Amino acid sequence: MIRLNALRQLRFLLRISHSHGIVRRYFVVNGFDGALTMLGIILGFWVSDPAPLRVVIAACVGAMVALTVSGISSAFISESAERQRDLAALETAMARDLDDSAHGRAARWVPWVVAIANGSAPLLLALLIIAPLWLAETGLPLPLSPLLLSVLVALALMFLLGVYLGRIAGVSVWRSGLRTLLVALVTAGLILLLGD
Amino acid sequence: MALLTRVLLDVLKPHDPSVLDLARALSDVGGYRVRVRVLEMDKNTETLEIEIAADAIDFPAVVQVIADLGASLHSIDEVDVEGASSDAATD
Repeated sequence: MIRLNALRQLRFLLRISHSHGIVRRYFVVNGFDGALTMLGIILGFWVSDPAPLRVVIAACVGAMVALTVSGISSAFISESAERQRDLAALETAMARDLDDSAHGRAARWVPWVVAIANGSAPLLLALLIIAPLWLAETGLPLPLSPLLLSVLVALALMFLLGVYLGRIAGVSVWRSGLRTLLVALVTAGLILLLGD
Repeated sequence: MALLTRVLLDVLKPHDPSVLDLARALSDVGGYRVRVRVLEMDKNTETLEIEIAADAIDFPAVVQVIADLGASLHSIDEVDVEGASSDAATD
C-alpha cells in the first residue's frame, strides 16, 4: 500500500471516487434539514401555549438525535450500495478483483465519510440552535427570550449555509445567503400563520 | 547480482487515479525517472506504456504500486539489466 498519512489517504480516496462534492452536498442538505427542523419545533412552541423550557429542549434534542441517526444510517446504506456498484463495474472493466486496491479502500471508507458528514451537519447546527435554551435552563441571564435567541441563531445559520453555498458556486455570497434566509423566513411565516 | 536499470511496461489502469498520480507514485518508490505514454483510452480504462529508469529498480515494489492503484501489469516489453563487476563475481 502506498504510504500516505491518514488525511492525505482520505483525500486521495475521495478524489479517485469523485466524492468531494457528494460529501459537501450531503453536509449542506442535511444541515439545512436540521436547522429548518429546529426552527420549526421552536416556532411551534412559540405559537402554542407556554411550555417549560426543559420540554422545548427535550423535543429539540429528540429531533436532533433522530436527524443525526437518520443522517448517518441513510447515507451509509445508500453510499455503500453506490460504491459497491461502481467498484463492481470497474472490476468488470479491469477484469480483476480490486478489493485490495485504492478503489476497494474507497468503496469501504467513503460511505463512512459521507455518513459522518450527513449525520454531523444536523447535530452541529441543532446544538448551536438549542444552546440559548440550555443556557437559559442553567439560569444564565440572556438579553432576549431564549426561544427568540434560538430562532435568531437558526436564521443566522441558515444565512451562513447560503454563504457557504455561494462560496462553493463562486457567486455572490450575499445573494446566496439571503436566498437561504428567505427560505427560513417563509418557513417561519407558514408556521406562524398555521399556528394562529 | 544483476541490477535492473530500465523497464518498459504495458499497463491497463482505470481513469482514476490519473496518469500523473500513477507516475508520481512510481517515482516515489525510489526516486525513479518515470515516463508514461497513454496508448489507448477506453470508456473506463487507459492502456499505458510506462518506462522506469534508475540505478537499481525494485521491481516487486513497482508491481505493488501498480496493483495498489487498481491497475494491471499486462506485459514487460523491455528490460535493461547491468551485471555486477567481474571482481565481485570472482571474490
